[in-house]
Amino acid sequence: MNRRRLLLTGGLLVAAPWLPARATPDAVADAIRAVTGGAPLQPGRVRLDLPAMVENGNAVGMTVGLDDPAAPVRSLHVFADGNPLPNVLHAAFGPAAFRPQLATRIRLANNQTVHAVAILPDGTCWTASVDLVVTLAACLE
Amino acid sequence: MARILLNVPKQARRGEAIEIKLLLSHPMETGQRRDETGAIVPRNIIRDVTCTYGGALVVRLELFPAISANPFLHIAARAGASGDVVLTWTDDAGLVGTETAAVEVV
Repeated sequence: MNRRRLLLTGGLLVAAPWLPARATPDAVADAIRAVTGGAPLQPGRVRLDLPAMVENGNAVGMTVGLDDPAAPVRSLHVFADGNPLPNVLHAAFGPAAFRPQLATRIRLANNQTVHAVAILPDGTCWTASVDLVVTLAACLE
Repeated sequence: MARILLNVPKQARRGEAIEIKLLLSHPMETGQRRDETGAIVPRNIIRDVTCTYGGALVVRLELFPAISANPFLHIAARAGASGDVVLTWTDDAGLVGTETAAVEVV
């Protein structure tokens, strides 16, 4: 192996971990269609709490739920369009749930938009999204 | 599974919320990282978490690599009769974990 080949290979090895950098908006749209079955999305009724400025993308506190804590919900779904994979979580609520809400911590790889989708028992789909700025990205070390 | 923290109140009033907080110690390896030789570190995340109370479903979760390492979860169940809050989870390595906490409804 000559020096040029070595440099080229080394460069590829270093660059490779960053290749699957982010999901495309199409991938997010496909992932949303996979859970809604193509039903129309209406903005509103969903509450997605995320900070607008994220210092550490490795653990970002997120709360997702419905505006009306007494409303029944079939399922909640969260998608991130700047992560390598669009899906974040799917939640299906049962009869023993007190309110259609959950809190967890997520990873965010880039400045991006996070989308939440709620599917109600009548089949309607509601959505909310948050644009945020990530200072320290997750998944890069 | 090194450490499991499940925080559930010992007592709850009927019809009110039982706040359930779960913190698991798990690397949630994304399958995107490479080790020093350039080989991809295989994905190992907790895929499914199910929470029941008194045998009835509270929530069933499907998780993806975008969930942080050492996943934290906060949900709430409606207090009916005294019973057990049971959390069960499965990771990619096939490890199945479960944790139970009893709640007395007054």
